[in-house]
Amino acid sequence: MEQMIKLTIDNKELEVAKGTTILQAAKEIGIEIPTLCYMHLNDMNIEHKPGGCRICVVEVEGRRNLAPSCNSKCEAGMNIKTHSMRVLNARKTVMELMLSDHPFDCLVCAKSGNCDLQTIAQNLGVREIHYKGEQSTYKVDYSPSIIRDMDKCIMCRRCETMCNDVQTVGALSAVNRGFESVVAPAFEMDLQKSTCTYCGQCVAVCPTGALTEKDHTNQLIRDLADPKKTVVVQTAPAVRAALGEEFGMEAGTLVTGKMVAALRNLGFDSVFDTDFAADLTIMEEGTELLGRLSAHLAGDKDVKLPILTSCCPGWVNFFEHHFPEMKEIPSTARSPQQMFGPIAKNYLAKQMGVKREDMIVVSIMPCLAKKYECQRDEFKVDGDPDVNYSISTRELANLIKQANMDFKTLPEEDFDNPLGESTGASVIFGATGGVIEAAARTAYEVYTGKTLEKVDFEALRGMEGIRSAKVDFDGLELNIGIAHGLGNARKLLEEIRDGKSEYHAIEIMACPGGCIGGGGQPLHHGDSSVLKKRAAALYREDEGKAIRKSHENPYIIKLYEEFLGKPCGELSHKLLHTHYFDKQNEIEVE
Amino acid sequence: MAKIKLAKDKVEKLIEICKSFNNEGSELINVLHKAQGTFGYLPAEVQEVIARELGVSVAHVYGVVTFYSFFTMVPKGEFPISICMGTACYVRGAEKVLEEFKKQLKVPIGETTEDGKFSISCLRCVGACGLAPVVTIGERTYGRVSAGDVADILKEYRN
Repeated sequence: MEQMIKLTIDNKELEVAKGTTILQAAKEIGIEIPTLCYMHLNDMNIEHKPGGCRICVVEVEGRRNLAPSCNSKCEAGMNIKTHSMRVLNARKTVMELMLSDHPFDCLVCAKSGNCDLQTIAQNLGVREIHYKGEQSTYKVDYSPSIIRDMDKCIMCRRCETMCNDVQTVGALSAVNRGFESVVAPAFEMDLQKSTCTYCGQCVAVCPTGALTEKDHTNQLIRDLADPKKTVVVQTAPAVRAALGEEFGMEAGTLVTGKMVAALRNLGFDSVFDTDFAADLTIMEEGTELLGRLSAHLAGDKDVKLPILTSCCPGWVNFFEHHFPEMKEIPSTARSPQQMFGPIAKNYLAKQMGVKREDMIVVSIMPCLAKKYECQRDEFKVDGDPDVNYSISTRELANLIKQANMDFKTLPEEDFDNPLGESTGASVIFGATGGVIEAAARTAYEVYTGKTLEKVDFEALRGMEGIRSAKVDFDGLELNIGIAHGLGNARKLLEEIRDGKSEYHAIEIMACPGGCIGGGGQPLHHGDSSVLKKRAAALYREDEGKAIRKSHENPYIIKLYEEFLGKPCGELSHKLLHTHYFDKQNEIEVE
Repeated sequence: MAKIKLAKDKVEKLIEICKSFNNEGSELINVLHKAQGTFGYLPAEVQEVIARELGVSVAHVYGVVTFYSFFTMVPKGEFPISICMGTACYVRGAEKVLEEFKKQLKVPIGETTEDGKFSISCLRCVGACGLAPVVTIGERTYGRVSAGDVADILKEYRN
């Protein structure tokens, strides 16, 4: 049985399990001690408590110095004060010292209003900074997805925990010592030259403006104002389940219709859905899966199994950097974003009578790696990107605010066609397990020639980091693996490399929770219940759809009839498939 | 795919050093110590090889190299001079000694003279506070050094 201990916090007596920290104990009785470097992602078993910032200090009777509550354990009989004058003065001093080396550009900082440092300084009532001294002057590092402005770094090292422990990417580390210490890639090189995958999880947890996304909103405003340009937009599934949070709506509120209305108000010529392209992805990836599987069953020893999904650009970057020897294993199908681009610029542009160079394709994504993906050379035709640029859910929220819209009262509107029709299968692409479930729905029917009695594959859903399930294809048992978070993906990849993997197909999403927890989403400030609500919203939208299998999307059927021919056919191969690169540093022996 | 160039014998030597510590990530500091002892310094290429052999990120290796003042990424001189700036040495005039070395050798802290003979670095306490201020050159230790002694000390190495 768990041993319980009694203690007093702010004159309230309570009993907690041995091993509980003072911070957790206080929380149990409704006392919110401010924290800055502390981060607790409960569903991922990640508790980052370096005790470095000293904002969470409390007074423990009989103890000489103040205790950081995030990593001090409760002891029997403790008498703790969380807001004595000594505590408040210490917190203020600590905050003032941090701010004494912080640029005073809050009014124009990208993080303003959503900055933990700013919020806590406000809550502590800091009105003056009594300390003056040397200021950090690091150069700002601009990558295609992420901007690092280390003058704003407070060395909480949350980004390091995400990059190294959760994602196992290892792009960031604290370097140097003392005043010169900073979180940086190896040799303080630019992020672009490092092993960074642009998953953006560092940005998602940064408590200040030190890590932010590359902002494309001004470029979009310019393009929308240009009468010569036809600007079309595609919106990823996860955006509709989170955008409302930026306008004070409850997490998990579906705002699909309002989002479409907002995009139309912003001036887009057509408002389409990446979900349409997700249905297309299922046609291509599902066909590839069945192709590899049939060859395997026929005794082909060279066929590569398991097949890995390739929708997630953070994941693609990860295996190109860390497992390049396995670059032939993932599906060659492009991500939905990059399938939408060439269909818009080749098929739709012709229908609309617009020249390729006059069409701008924009995507709204929960993701920062998508920004980099747009810029990859293989997704350009004569230098013109298939998707011109992508903006994050957060950037879209800012644009809606700039355009004076009262988001909550907007009417519900429908997507335009032909690239706006989608099925329930494509909606769940935004949550971990969703892509493989969507693929299973179509692959089952194509393989068996039978109609699925129940389209919900509940065994594939959930939040555990690594999941596996068997799916019965009318006698053929398929082993399916799912991983979200790159650290979990690494484990499955190592199994494959060591020849121990028994999966036929594996779905991988770089971000914890899948795209709903993407680096471009509204900040969840470590509350993983937000992710569960967003996922539930996507499954609700799926359930409410009349058509729930990708191959039954009438516009997809029409697209193949009118334009593409057949899945994995010649034109599909040219427009909808890709190849991968070895991005590992090679040690050349002289 | 970026290429890192390193001579074959150096790569082999590094692999051997890592292996002598069972390629364990937790032995990083020992591996770096040995590698610096062998090559004199730890350039980026060496750190890349070590990271790969130990299965840790290069960023982490670089973090450790830059944290400890003992490690250096630039080649040290044939006679590396270290001036202790620990509290005891400092209060007994180590700064004046340092200034004198910088003046005589015409190089700043962390750099090496053009002829490759001397390099200057600072360190914090060699555990010989009774001899403060302390200067070490290579394996040799000098105690109670004053600015006036610097020229004579250097003379020992110049011939």
